[in-house]
Amino acid sequence: MSNDSLDPRVNRLKLGDANAVIKVEEGENWNVYEVFHQEKRGAHHEHVGCVHAPDPQLALVFAKEQFARRKKCVNLWVVRSADILAFDVEDEDMFANNLEKNYRDASGFKVMEKINKFKQSK
Amino acid sequence: MISNAALTDLIIKMADDELIQGHRNSEWTGLGPVMEEDIAFSSMAQDKIGHAWALYRILHENLGGEDPDRFAFMRPESAFKCSHLVEMPNGGYDFSLMRHFLFDHAETVRYESLQESSYEPFQQLSKKLKGELKYHTLHANAFILQLSNASEEGYARMQTALNDTIALAAGIFEPSAAHEETLITEKVYPGEKALYNRWLDRIYPVLVKASLNLPDMKTVAPVYGGRQGFHTTHLAPLLKEMGEVFNLDTEASW
Repeated sequence: MSNDSLDPRVNRLKLGDANAVIKVEEGENWNVYEVFHQEKRGAHHEHVGCVHAPDPQLALVFAKEQFARRKKCVNLWVVRSADILAFDVEDEDMFANNLEKNYRDASGFKVMEKINKFKQSK
Repeated sequence: MISNAALTDLIIKMADDELIQGHRNSEWTGLGPVMEEDIAFSSMAQDKIGHAWALYRILHENLGGEDPDRFAFMRPESAFKCSHLVEMPNGGYDFSLMRHFLFDHAETVRYESLQESSYEPFQQLSKKLKGELKYHTLHANAFILQLSNASEEGYARMQTALNDTIALAAGIFEPSAAHEETLITEKVYPGEKALYNRWLDRIYPVLVKASLNLPDMKTVAPVYGGRQGFHTTHLAPLLKEMGEVFNLDTEASW
Protein backbone atom coordinates (compact mmCIF):
# COMPACT_ATOMS: atom_id res chain seq x y z
CA MET A 1 0.00 0.00 0.00
CA SER A 2 1.36 3.38 -0.90
CA ASN A 3 0.34 6.38 1.10
CA ASP A 4 0.02 9.81 -0.41
CA SER A 5 0.68 12.05 2.53
CA LEU A 6 1.85 15.56 1.71
CA ASP A 7 4.12 15.34 4.75
CA PRO A 8 7.49 13.78 3.87
CA ARG A 9 7.94 12.74 7.50
CA VAL A 10 4.91 10.48 7.17
CA ASN A 11 6.06 9.08 3.83
CA ARG A 12 9.47 8.23 5.26
CA LEU A 13 7.81 5.88 7.74
CA LYS A 14 6.89 3.61 4.80
CA LEU A 15 3.55 2.70 6.31
CA GLY A 16 2.42 -0.56 4.78
CA ASP A 17 0.66 -3.49 6.32
CA ALA A 18 -1.19 -2.46 9.46
CA ASN A 19 0.58 -5.18 11.47
CA ALA A 20 4.08 -4.34 10.26
CA VAL A 21 6.51 -2.84 12.76
CA ILE A 22 7.25 0.80 12.05
CA LYS A 23 10.93 1.61 12.35
CA VAL A 24 11.91 5.23 12.88
CA GLU A 25 15.48 5.89 11.81
CA GLU A 26 17.65 8.22 13.87
CA GLY A 27 17.12 11.82 12.77
CA GLU A 28 14.09 11.00 10.64
CA ASN A 29 11.57 12.66 12.84
CA TRP A 30 11.81 16.13 14.15
CA ASN A 31 11.71 17.16 17.77
CA VAL A 32 9.41 19.63 19.41
CA TYR A 33 11.19 22.59 21.01
CA GLU A 34 9.63 24.90 23.57
CA VAL A 35 10.28 28.57 22.86
CA PHE A 36 10.96 31.23 25.49
CA HIS A 37 10.81 34.89 24.58
CA GLN A 38 12.64 37.78 26.27
CA GLU A 39 11.15 41.21 25.75
CA LYS A 40 14.00 43.30 27.04
CA ARG A 41 17.43 42.75 28.48
CA GLY A 42 17.29 41.53 32.06
CA ALA A 43 13.61 40.49 31.81
CA HIS A 44 12.45 36.92 32.33
CA HIS A 45 12.26 34.63 29.34
CA GLU A 46 8.58 33.74 29.00
CA HIS A 47 7.22 30.61 27.41
CA VAL A 48 5.38 31.49 24.20
CA GLY A 49 4.83 28.21 22.35
CA CYS A 50 6.71 25.55 20.44
CA VAL A 51 8.25 24.74 17.05
CA HIS A 52 9.14 21.54 15.21
CA ALA A 53 12.78 21.36 14.14
CA PRO A 54 15.45 18.81 13.28
CA ASP A 55 18.05 20.38 15.58
CA PRO A 56 18.43 23.21 18.12
CA GLN A 57 19.98 25.61 15.60
CA LEU A 58 17.05 25.36 13.21
CA ALA A 59 14.65 25.50 16.16
CA LEU A 60 16.09 28.94 16.95
CA VAL A 61 15.88 29.96 13.29
CA PHE A 62 12.21 28.95 13.18
CA ALA A 63 11.38 30.40 16.59
CA LYS A 64 12.64 33.81 15.50
CA GLU A 65 10.03 34.11 12.75
CA GLN A 66 7.24 32.30 14.63
CA PHE A 67 7.43 34.23 17.86
CA ALA A 68 9.61 37.30 17.48
CA ARG A 69 8.31 38.65 14.19
CA ARG A 70 5.87 41.21 15.52
CA LYS A 71 6.35 41.95 19.19
CA LYS A 72 9.48 43.38 20.73
CA CYS A 73 12.14 40.80 21.41
CA VAL A 74 15.81 40.85 22.33
CA ASN A 75 16.50 37.16 22.81
CA LEU A 76 15.00 33.68 22.54
CA TRP A 77 15.63 30.33 24.21
CA VAL A 78 14.72 26.98 22.76
CA VAL A 79 14.61 23.79 24.81
CA ARG A 80 13.76 20.33 23.54
CA SER A 81 10.35 19.52 25.05
CA ALA A 82 11.55 16.04 25.93
CA ASP A 83 14.26 17.56 28.15
CA ILE A 84 11.74 19.25 30.42
CA LEU A 85 10.92 17.44 33.64
CA ALA A 86 7.37 17.97 34.89
CA PHE A 87 5.04 16.57 37.55
CA ASP A 88 2.44 14.07 36.52
CA VAL A 89 -1.11 15.35 36.10
CA GLU A 90 -2.29 13.18 39.01
CA ASP A 91 0.22 14.90 41.30
CA GLU A 92 -1.86 18.05 41.14
CA ASP A 93 -3.14 17.21 44.67
CA MET A 94 0.23 18.28 46.07
CA PHE A 95 -0.81 21.85 45.43
CA ALA A 96 -4.43 21.49 46.61
CA ASN A 97 -4.15 23.22 50.00
CA ASN A 98 -2.09 26.17 48.83
CA LEU A 99 -5.04 28.56 49.00
CA GLU A 100 -5.69 27.81 52.66
CA LYS A 101 -2.17 28.65 53.70
CA ASN A 102 -2.77 32.38 53.40
CA TYR A 103 -0.29 33.04 56.21
CA ARG A 104 2.28 32.48 53.48
CA ASP A 105 0.96 35.42 51.48
CA ALA A 106 3.10 38.53 51.56
CA SER A 107 -0.15 40.52 51.81
CA GLY A 108 -0.37 39.55 55.49
CA PHE A 109 2.38 41.97 56.42
CA LYS A 110 1.15 45.42 57.46
CA VAL A 111 4.05 47.63 56.42
CA MET A 112 2.38 50.84 55.29
CA GLU A 113 1.87 51.97 58.89
CA LYS A 114 5.55 51.61 59.62
CA ILE A 115 6.52 53.32 56.36
CA ASN A 116 4.22 56.27 57.11
CA LYS A 117 5.57 56.55 60.63
CA PHE A 118 9.08 56.56 59.27
CA LYS A 119 8.23 59.27 56.73
CA GLN A 120 6.65 61.46 59.39
CA SER A 121 9.66 61.13 61.65
CA LYS A 122 11.88 62.65 58.97
CA MET B 1 29.31 65.44 -6.74
CA ILE B 2 28.52 61.79 -7.49
CA SER B 3 27.22 61.02 -10.96
CA ASN B 4 23.44 60.59 -10.81
CA ALA B 5 23.38 58.33 -13.86
CA ALA B 6 25.88 55.95 -12.25
CA LEU B 7 24.01 55.92 -8.93
CA THR B 8 20.68 55.35 -10.64
CA ASP B 9 22.09 52.41 -12.58
CA LEU B 10 23.47 50.77 -9.43
CA ILE B 11 20.28 51.30 -7.42
CA ILE B 12 18.03 49.86 -10.13
CA LYS B 13 20.17 46.72 -10.38
CA MET B 14 20.13 46.19 -6.63
CA ALA B 15 16.43 46.96 -6.26
CA ASP B 16 15.30 44.81 -9.19
CA ASP B 17 17.25 41.86 -7.80
CA GLU B 18 15.50 42.29 -4.45
CA LEU B 19 12.06 42.67 -6.00
CA ILE B 20 12.27 39.67 -8.31
CA GLN B 21 13.98 37.44 -5.73
CA GLY B 22 11.37 38.50 -3.18
CA HIS B 23 8.55 37.71 -5.58
CA ARG B 24 10.01 34.32 -6.51
CA ASN B 25 10.48 33.34 -2.86
CA SER B 26 6.95 34.50 -2.07
CA GLU B 27 5.69 31.92 -4.56
CA TRP B 28 6.55 29.33 -1.89
CA THR B 29 4.03 30.79 0.53
CA GLY B 30 1.59 28.06 1.48
CA LEU B 31 3.72 25.40 -0.21
CA GLY B 32 6.75 25.34 2.10
CA PRO B 33 8.02 21.99 3.38
CA VAL B 34 6.79 22.53 6.95
CA MET B 35 4.72 25.28 8.53
CA GLU B 36 7.58 26.89 10.46
CA GLU B 37 9.71 27.12 7.35
CA ASP B 38 6.81 28.36 5.26
CA ILE B 39 6.41 31.29 7.63
CA ALA B 40 10.14 32.00 7.87
CA PHE B 41 10.70 31.89 4.11
CA SER B 42 7.64 34.02 3.37
CA SER B 43 8.69 36.55 5.96
CA MET B 44 12.13 36.85 4.39
CA ALA B 45 10.53 37.23 0.95
CA GLN B 46 8.59 40.19 2.34
CA ASP B 47 11.85 41.62 3.68
CA LYS B 48 13.35 41.46 0.18
CA ILE B 49 10.43 43.34 -1.29
CA GLY B 50 10.85 45.87 1.51
CA HIS B 51 14.51 46.30 0.51
CA ALA B 52 13.43 46.91 -3.09
CA TRP B 53 10.87 49.48 -1.96
CA ALA B 54 13.48 51.31 0.14
CA LEU B 55 15.83 51.50 -2.85
CA TYR B 56 13.08 52.67 -5.25
CA ARG B 57 12.28 55.36 -2.70
CA ILE B 58 15.87 56.57 -2.71
CA LEU B 59 15.55 56.85 -6.50
CA HIS B 60 12.26 58.67 -6.19
CA GLU B 61 13.21 61.06 -3.42
CA ASN B 62 16.83 61.84 -4.23
CA LEU B 63 17.39 61.14 -7.90
CA GLY B 64 14.23 62.26 -9.65
CA GLY B 65 12.91 58.73 -10.15
CA GLU B 66 9.30 57.70 -10.57
CA ASP B 67 6.88 56.73 -7.81
CA PRO B 68 8.10 53.36 -6.41
CA ASP B 69 4.90 51.40 -7.19
CA ARG B 70 4.67 52.65 -10.75
CA PHE B 71 8.38 52.07 -11.24
CA ALA B 72 8.10 48.50 -9.95
CA PHE B 73 4.95 47.45 -11.77
CA MET B 74 4.78 49.42 -15.01
CA ARG B 75 8.23 49.15 -16.54
CA PRO B 76 8.74 47.02 -19.67
CA GLU B 77 10.89 43.91 -19.28
CA SER B 78 13.87 45.50 -21.05
CA ALA B 79 14.01 48.27 -18.43
CA PHE B 80 14.60 45.73 -15.66
CA LYS B 81 18.19 45.17 -14.59
CA CYS B 82 17.88 42.08 -12.40
CA SER B 83 20.32 39.19 -12.72
CA HIS B 84 19.25 35.93 -14.36
CA LEU B 85 19.68 34.10 -11.04
CA VAL B 86 16.60 35.69 -9.50
CA GLU B 87 14.44 35.20 -12.61
CA MET B 88 14.72 31.42 -12.59
CA PRO B 89 11.56 29.52 -11.61
CA ASN B 90 11.63 28.06 -8.12
CA GLY B 91 12.14 24.44 -9.10
CA GLY B 92 12.51 22.24 -6.02
CA TYR B 93 13.18 23.49 -2.53
CA ASP B 94 16.84 22.47 -2.95
CA PHE B 95 17.25 24.93 -5.83
CA SER B 96 15.38 27.70 -4.03
CA LEU B 97 17.39 27.26 -0.83
CA MET B 98 20.72 27.26 -2.64
CA ARG B 99 19.72 30.40 -4.54
CA HIS B 100 18.66 31.98 -1.24
CA PHE B 101 22.03 31.06 0.29
CA LEU B 102 24.11 32.42 -2.60
CA PHE B 103 21.98 35.52 -3.12
CA ASP B 104 21.77 36.53 0.52
CA HIS B 105 25.50 36.30 1.08
CA ALA B 106 26.02 38.43 -2.04
CA GLU B 107 23.49 40.90 -0.69
CA THR B 108 25.20 40.94 2.70
CA VAL B 109 28.69 41.76 1.39
CA ARG B 110 27.17 44.48 -0.80
CA TYR B 111 25.28 46.19 2.02
CA GLU B 112 28.25 45.84 4.37
CA SER B 113 30.38 47.73 1.89
CA LEU B 114 27.69 50.41 1.62
CA GLN B 115 28.06 51.27 5.30
CA GLU B 116 31.13 53.23 4.22
CA SER B 117 29.65 54.56 1.01
CA SER B 118 30.21 58.18 0.07
CA TYR B 119 26.49 58.26 -0.77
CA GLU B 120 24.65 59.07 2.45
CA PRO B 121 21.31 57.28 1.74
CA PHE B 122 23.27 54.03 1.20
CA GLN B 123 24.92 54.38 4.61
CA GLN B 124 21.57 54.78 6.34
CA LEU B 125 19.86 51.95 4.47
CA SER B 126 22.70 49.48 4.98
CA LYS B 127 22.73 50.12 8.72
CA LYS B 128 18.98 49.63 8.86
CA LEU B 129 19.06 46.30 7.02
CA LYS B 130 22.02 44.82 8.89
CA GLY B 131 19.99 42.77 11.38
CA GLU B 132 17.57 41.45 8.78
CA LEU B 133 20.37 40.25 6.56
CA LYS B 134 22.08 38.62 9.51
CA TYR B 135 18.97 36.51 10.07
CA HIS B 136 18.63 35.67 6.37
CA THR B 137 22.17 34.31 6.15
CA LEU B 138 21.82 32.50 9.50
CA HIS B 139 18.72 30.78 8.13
CA ALA B 140 20.42 29.94 4.84
CA ASN B 141 23.58 28.58 6.49
CA ALA B 142 21.59 26.44 8.93
CA PHE B 143 19.59 24.86 6.11
CA ILE B 144 22.56 24.23 3.84
CA LEU B 145 24.38 22.47 6.69
CA GLN B 146 21.32 20.55 7.83
CA LEU B 147 20.38 19.21 4.40
CA SER B 148 23.92 18.48 3.22
CA ASN B 149 24.75 16.54 6.38
CA ALA B 150 21.39 14.76 6.65
CA SER B 151 21.51 11.90 4.17
CA GLU B 152 23.06 10.84 0.89
CA GLU B 153 20.03 12.09 -0.99
CA GLY B 154 20.11 15.44 0.80
CA TYR B 155 23.81 15.83 0.10
CA ALA B 156 23.49 14.88 -3.57
CA ARG B 157 20.61 17.28 -4.09
CA MET B 158 22.41 20.19 -2.45
CA GLN B 159 25.53 19.55 -4.54
CA THR B 160 23.41 19.46 -7.71
CA ALA B 161 21.67 22.67 -6.66
CA LEU B 162 25.06 24.32 -6.12
CA ASN B 163 26.30 23.18 -9.53
CA ASP B 164 23.13 24.50 -11.15
CA THR B 165 23.18 27.94 -9.49
CA ILE B 166 26.84 28.91 -9.18
CA ALA B 167 27.30 30.43 -12.66
CA LEU B 168 24.00 32.28 -12.33
CA ALA B 169 24.99 33.56 -8.89
CA ALA B 170 28.38 34.75 -10.18
CA GLY B 171 26.32 36.78 -12.68
CA ILE B 172 25.09 38.97 -9.81
CA PHE B 173 28.48 40.67 -10.01
CA GLU B 174 28.22 41.84 -13.63
CA PRO B 175 30.05 45.17 -13.79
CA SER B 176 28.67 48.14 -15.66
CA ALA B 177 30.90 49.14 -18.59
CA ALA B 178 29.71 52.73 -18.36
CA HIS B 179 29.60 53.37 -14.61
CA GLU B 180 31.80 50.94 -12.72
CA GLU B 181 34.92 53.14 -12.70
CA THR B 182 33.00 56.24 -11.65
CA LEU B 183 31.32 54.48 -8.72
CA ILE B 184 34.63 53.08 -7.46
CA THR B 185 36.49 56.38 -7.87
CA GLU B 186 33.69 58.27 -6.15
CA LYS B 187 33.83 55.70 -3.31
CA VAL B 188 30.16 54.83 -3.66
CA TYR B 189 31.07 51.15 -3.37
CA PRO B 190 34.17 49.00 -3.90
CA GLY B 191 33.03 47.60 -7.26
CA GLU B 192 31.69 44.25 -8.43
CA LYS B 193 35.06 42.50 -8.61
CA ALA B 194 35.84 43.28 -4.97
CA LEU B 195 32.36 42.22 -3.83
CA TYR B 196 32.63 38.99 -5.81
CA ASN B 197 35.85 38.09 -3.98
CA ARG B 198 34.36 38.95 -0.58
CA TRP B 199 31.32 36.82 -1.45
CA LEU B 200 33.49 33.81 -2.26
CA ASP B 201 35.26 34.26 1.09
CA ARG B 202 31.86 34.13 2.83
CA ILE B 203 30.30 31.15 1.10
CA TYR B 204 33.40 28.99 0.99
CA PRO B 205 33.66 28.16 4.74
CA VAL B 206 29.97 27.22 4.89
CA LEU B 207 30.29 24.98 1.83
CA VAL B 208 33.34 23.31 3.38
CA LYS B 209 31.41 22.60 6.59
CA ALA B 210 28.64 21.12 4.46
CA SER B 211 31.27 19.06 2.53
CA LEU B 212 29.95 20.58 -0.70
CA ASN B 213 32.38 21.13 -3.56
CA LEU B 214 32.56 24.64 -4.92
CA PRO B 215 33.39 24.26 -8.63
CA ASP B 216 36.68 25.80 -9.75
CA MET B 217 35.52 29.37 -10.29
CA LYS B 218 38.07 29.86 -13.08
CA THR B 219 36.09 27.38 -15.14
CA VAL B 220 32.72 28.93 -14.34
CA ALA B 221 31.49 31.51 -16.86
CA PRO B 222 29.24 33.98 -14.98
CA VAL B 223 25.82 34.42 -16.57
CA TYR B 224 25.74 38.07 -17.57
CA GLY B 225 23.19 40.12 -19.51
CA GLY B 226 20.54 40.90 -16.93
CA ARG B 227 22.16 44.18 -15.94
CA GLN B 228 21.93 45.35 -19.56
CA GLY B 229 18.25 44.49 -19.89
CA PHE B 230 18.64 41.10 -21.56
CA HIS B 231 16.57 38.53 -19.72
CA THR B 232 15.56 34.90 -19.68
CA THR B 233 12.12 33.87 -20.95
CA HIS B 234 11.05 33.46 -17.31
CA LEU B 235 10.99 37.16 -16.47
CA ALA B 236 8.12 38.34 -18.71
CA PRO B 237 5.47 35.97 -17.25
CA LEU B 238 6.65 36.85 -13.73
CA LEU B 239 6.27 40.59 -14.39
CA LYS B 240 2.83 40.06 -15.89
CA GLU B 241 1.65 38.15 -12.84
CA MET B 242 3.33 40.47 -10.33
CA GLY B 243 1.74 43.59 -11.84
CA GLU B 244 -1.62 42.02 -12.63
CA VAL B 245 -3.61 43.66 -9.84
CA PHE B 246 -1.77 46.99 -9.98
CA ASN B 247 -2.31 47.26 -13.71
CA LEU B 248 -6.09 46.73 -13.45
CA ASP B 249 -6.24 50.35 -12.35
CA THR B 250 -2.92 52.14 -12.13
CA GLU B 251 -4.54 55.26 -10.65
CA ALA B 252 -6.32 53.49 -7.79
CA SER B 253 -5.32 54.56 -4.32
CA TRP B 254 -4.56 51.80 -1.82
